[in-house]
Amino acid sequence: MLRLALRMLLRDWRAGELRVLALALVLAVGGVASVAFFADRVRQALTREAHQVLGADMLMTADHAWAPELRDEIAKRGLSRAESMNFVSMARAGNETLLAAVKAVTPGYPLRGRLRTAPGLNLPDADTDAVPPRGTVWLDERMMAELKLRPGDAVELGRARFRAGAVLTLEPDRGVSFMNFAPRLMMRLDDLPATGLVQPGSRISYQLLVAGEREGVRQFEQWARTRLSRGERIDSLDNARPEVRAGLDRAQSFLGLTAMLAVVLSAVAIALGTRRYTQRHLDGYAVMRCMGATHSQLFALFAWEFLTLALAASLMGCALGFVVQNVVAWWLAALIPGTLPPPGLSPVLQGATTGLVVLLGFALPPLLQLKDVPALRVIRRDVGPPRQGAFAVYVVGLAAVFGLLLWQAGELKLASYVFGGFAGAFGLFAAIAYGALRLIGRFGRTGSVSWRYGLANLLRRPRANAVQIVAIAVGLTAILLLTLIRGDLLDAWRGRLPPDAPDRFLVNIQPEQRQLLAQFLERNGVERLQTFPMVRARLVAINGKPVGAEDFSEERAKRQIEREFNVTYLPALPPENKVTEGAWFGPGDLERGAVSVEHWIAERFGIRMGDALEFLSAGRSFSAPVTSVRKLDWDSMRPNFFFITTPALLESFPTSYIASFHAPAGDALLTLRLSQAFPNLTVIDVSVILRQLQFVMDQLIGAVQLVFLFALGAGVLVLYAALLATQDERTHEAAVMRALGASRAQVLAAQRAEFAVLGAIAGLLGALGATAIGWTLATRVFQLDFIWSGWIWLAGPALGLACILLNVWAGARAALSRPPMAALREVI
Amino acid sequence: MPGEAVAILGASGSGKSTLLGLLAGLDTPSSGSVQLDGADLFGLDEDGRAALRARLLGFVFQSFQLLPALNALENVMLPLELAGEAGAADRAAKMLSRVGLAERLRHYPKTLSGGEQQRVALARAFVTQPKLLLADEPTGNLDAATGAGVIDLMFEMNAEARTTLVLVTHDEAIAGRCRRKIRLAAGRIDGEG
Repeated sequence: MLRLALRMLLRDWRAGELRVLALALVLAVGGVASVAFFADRVRQALTREAHQVLGADMLMTADHAWAPELRDEIAKRGLSRAESMNFVSMARAGNETLLAAVKAVTPGYPLRGRLRTAPGLNLPDADTDAVPPRGTVWLDERMMAELKLRPGDAVELGRARFRAGAVLTLEPDRGVSFMNFAPRLMMRLDDLPATGLVQPGSRISYQLLVAGEREGVRQFEQWARTRLSRGERIDSLDNARPEVRAGLDRAQSFLGLTAMLAVVLSAVAIALGTRRYTQRHLDGYAVMRCMGATHSQLFALFAWEFLTLALAASLMGCALGFVVQNVVAWWLAALIPGTLPPPGLSPVLQGATTGLVVLLGFALPPLLQLKDVPALRVIRRDVGPPRQGAFAVYVVGLAAVFGLLLWQAGELKLASYVFGGFAGAFGLFAAIAYGALRLIGRFGRTGSVSWRYGLANLLRRPRANAVQIVAIAVGLTAILLLTLIRGDLLDAWRGRLPPDAPDRFLVNIQPEQRQLLAQFLERNGVERLQTFPMVRARLVAINGKPVGAEDFSEERAKRQIEREFNVTYLPALPPENKVTEGAWFGPGDLERGAVSVEHWIAERFGIRMGDALEFLSAGRSFSAPVTSVRKLDWDSMRPNFFFITTPALLESFPTSYIASFHAPAGDALLTLRLSQAFPNLTVIDVSVILRQLQFVMDQLIGAVQLVFLFALGAGVLVLYAALLATQDERTHEAAVMRALGASRAQVLAAQRAEFAVLGAIAGLLGALGATAIGWTLATRVFQLDFIWSGWIWLAGPALGLACILLNVWAGARAALSRPPMAALREVI
Repeated sequence: MPGEAVAILGASGSGKSTLLGLLAGLDTPSSGSVQLDGADLFGLDEDGRAALRARLLGFVFQSFQLLPALNALENVMLPLELAGEAGAADRAAKMLSRVGLAERLRHYPKTLSGGEQQRVALARAFVTQPKLLLADEPTGNLDAATGAGVIDLMFEMNAEARTTLVLVTHDEAIAGRCRRKIRLAAGRIDGEG
């Protein structure tokens, strides 16, 4: 039976009966698999990014020197190791002194990511694999500027004297933290004893960096965790580089939804394709029944045929997905440094399962129905399969699609939204299409014979035609969405990080300096200076209950609660902040005092709406109730605050200001002049990171576009399948008309009339659908501003008409190029 | 009687096709029974009847009923393949050359003329060496000359294979070539001879 099924498969394939089905499957599987492959690699890229933030695959930190056994164990396991010691000390050069964050490192540091250095201030920088040579220190730009140093000058640290080497422009593991205020001095670990700065009781953090092959590191981490003693910790990776992660998350959502779209569209194409297939095979089925084939034989025959088809197409889809993900990986090569381990098997599994489930979900019910075709049909044409509601037939398929969406989305809510959205759209489309047909039927029955005949044809089966309009509209929706709306969505995404996004931060601005600073910057061509007041305060109690590190189990929470937060006070909600619970400060709050908490920190510390928070700042305390919870955009590159209070509450506390601005292009010395004019300011230059971020975003958008092609292909396929669905009938109708003496022109005109109405309605519906989905995606899913497109209302119907007229032209030519009898005979 | 040819005659709506459907077990009677090669057709379930058809019956239809996705050879192979018999391709090719289509084995139905299609159908009907051949207006869709050729061929093959033939027709000339004629009117036997 399997062999016969295989032969039937080959025969059907050769006869072109299965092309739509197979292509739909390949696209669905290819889309899902490439997204799965991509997600796999993105996860790895993300982990790598995070590792760069650590400078290693694993970072161990202690307040005392690490035991030698640990180093032996690392060597024994074949892992690479680097070490650093970090502390704060005074550096001197000539008459200038400055508190420096000293980092003494061994050669090989960092194990992940790279340092960047420049030969002098404001000169172009480059990657380096080296660490400072013996007797030399590398200083960051601010330190160079404030100590008035040039490369080659002498720097004193403790009892030792060093030569200032290159300018350190980027440390991958330094991040964009506003906590790292002290400028950096990097030296070689071997030089440290000479300084005499390492004494018993010195506050030094000892870091051990470990890297190697993934499994080896994981096993070592397990081994090491059980041996940690007091004051030792292993740093975790959670929420490293939130600004990069936000971009990646958005890309993943885009891709996931695109894959879902490809699945839904392919399911529609498969449903249409199967319908045509079963209709064309009704007679063959009846003939085989006459030849004595049993129900179970025929069912097995078709089931095997489809199963084999599903497997073959899934395999092809996976191969296609693999190729595409390789292209994506190549595209993202700059984003994913080094070689990646080969992608796993799970994307293949995910793709193949998708193929099987979609095909069987939609193909099996009609096939089961085929089984009930009475053999008598060979003698009496009017005997068809027993009618079942379309719903009963497709309920299995719909359930299958929902299951796949759930799997793809990984959460019930999103899957339900997408599924409900599509189901609702289908229903609405069908209702509108049906209503429009009825309306045309009532008012549009004038004009030429061809026009009237075409319309009559449309109205003869308003339901079937409404279904066809919906299918075409769905295909058009996908195409419009993926061409017109996609551009707008991606522009909105790009717009989040415009070229003039703030790239310099100023910290420690004193109240009396604000005016002068604003004037200074204005003279230097800086626009859009934003300043926020800032009070450093520790959170000491929630609802009167004191809180400390011991109240939290999470390592990050422990550390955060012991540090001071930057608290700001503002009357108005800053841009890019969104209140998710409660409401922003009202007049009553402003009078009584209130605090707004960032969503993520609220979760971490278990803070709820209405809780009274007590802070301690410079020996004084203040407290206020929580009246709102906010979500922040971590990729906005603006100063973000975990806590915002009402102004009256904090105005009397010692306040400094923080500012951000975009440095005018080409003014490399602005930072230097700024720190000369305001020596107490800390200038943080994030332009390198910002450029990196913009680069990351461009790469991601490129990758997303590539995967869009799958959904676009599926959309075109739906369109094709929808048009093909009624082609047999139309060919027959054309033959009948010809047999009755209609001229070619009349037949063509009638079909054009019919399809023009069909195409116009479908096109309008497609524009409606694409706009609705685009709006939902922009505002609900990606939190972007939706750009309304007027264009689409022209493009939709135009595209609908164009497709359909092309189809009439091709279809009618085929029908008319043969004698009517041939066409009549073929479909009898 | 084996090898006997019976014609069923009657006007449209007289019940010819219904009778044929009943004989083949394609339709179920409201009352009565059909004996086929000693078996009570309606004492069997649907799959039992299918098995009986596979063993005993061959069909020729007015509208040919070739499978459009299969070429001529494959259409003739199909009943053998369904029955799981060996040497399907050889036997089918032989049968097609018997009906004069040795040159057109790989042609699809839509590229064959009506007469050729019906000859493929004849080959398909005889390839399983059925004991009983049911033919439903086999020339109904063919012009007179082509139809006559197909009928000649059918009678020749019938004689060679010593198959019992039941032929539904409204053509007196064709019916005249059968040993027995049964006339139907309004669902009843109106005359026999």
